[in-house]
Amino acid sequence: MVPTNYYVILSAILFGLGVFAFIFKRNVITIFMSIELMLNAVNLAFVAFSQALGKLDGQVFVLFVIVVAAAEAAVGLGIIILIARNRQTLNVERVDLLKL
Amino acid sequence: MTAPLVVFFVLAGLAVIGAVSLILQEHPIHSALSLIVVMVALAGLYLLLGAEFVAAVQIIVYGGAIMVLFVFVIMLLNAGVEEHTSLSKMAGAPGLLLVVALGGFVAATIAKSTESVQAAPQTGEIASTTGISNMLFKDFVYPFELTSFLILVAVLGAVVLAQREKL
Repeated sequence: MVPTNYYVILSAILFGLGVFAFIFKRNVITIFMSIELMLNAVNLAFVAFSQALGKLDGQVFVLFVIVVAAAEAAVGLGIIILIARNRQTLNVERVDLLKL
Repeated sequence: MTAPLVVFFVLAGLAVIGAVSLILQEHPIHSALSLIVVMVALAGLYLLLGAEFVAAVQIIVYGGAIMVLFVFVIMLLNAGVEEHTSLSKMAGAPGLLLVVALGGFVAATIAKSTESVQAAPQTGEIASTTGISNMLFKDFVYPFELTSFLILVAVLGAVVLAQREKL
């Protein structure tokens, strides 16, 4: 049996890498992918605790998270297509319409 | 070292390597493929945890549907190699600092709560998929119906956003 701690630590590492990618990357699609990475890390923690506590609530929550991630991906990629069409770029630094 | 532990470390290493590769790759399509590696490794970990249904959903919905959508959009927009200005390179250092601080905080919290988690009873064998469906369609039936409404709204939003001409 793998201790629950290992799963939670792996989840924290993946979440941290997702946060770093979110800050560091400049392509809007890659930034969106790092959000998916963070959601995946949280899902792993949910399933690990679900197994540790012997209850299935965590796995049901994971299903809801996946549904919300799918909806988010559909809307977010629609927004990205709009950005690319209106600004001719995917670099977030060039999308500065609200900057003075 | 027992067999589950070996499988865990192989899959965990695969997931971390994929996540690091997502950061290091310059081209978005390579980042997307790295993310697929992470998701498949996580599906393996779900199987190791005894969550077969979640593992299947992870492969089908995440690896299948969402990532195909990403790759499709990358190809549609012909996204090229990302460009870094000197300012964005500088953002890496405080970002790394922030991530280390976050990781330290989480690690400290885990270390403090170790006993309560480990002390919980490990029931092991539970009929996972049957139990999930019972919970999803009995205890969580209203949230479940709400998610169908959420998906409907998301589909409408995506159609309105992506259409070329105004109605």
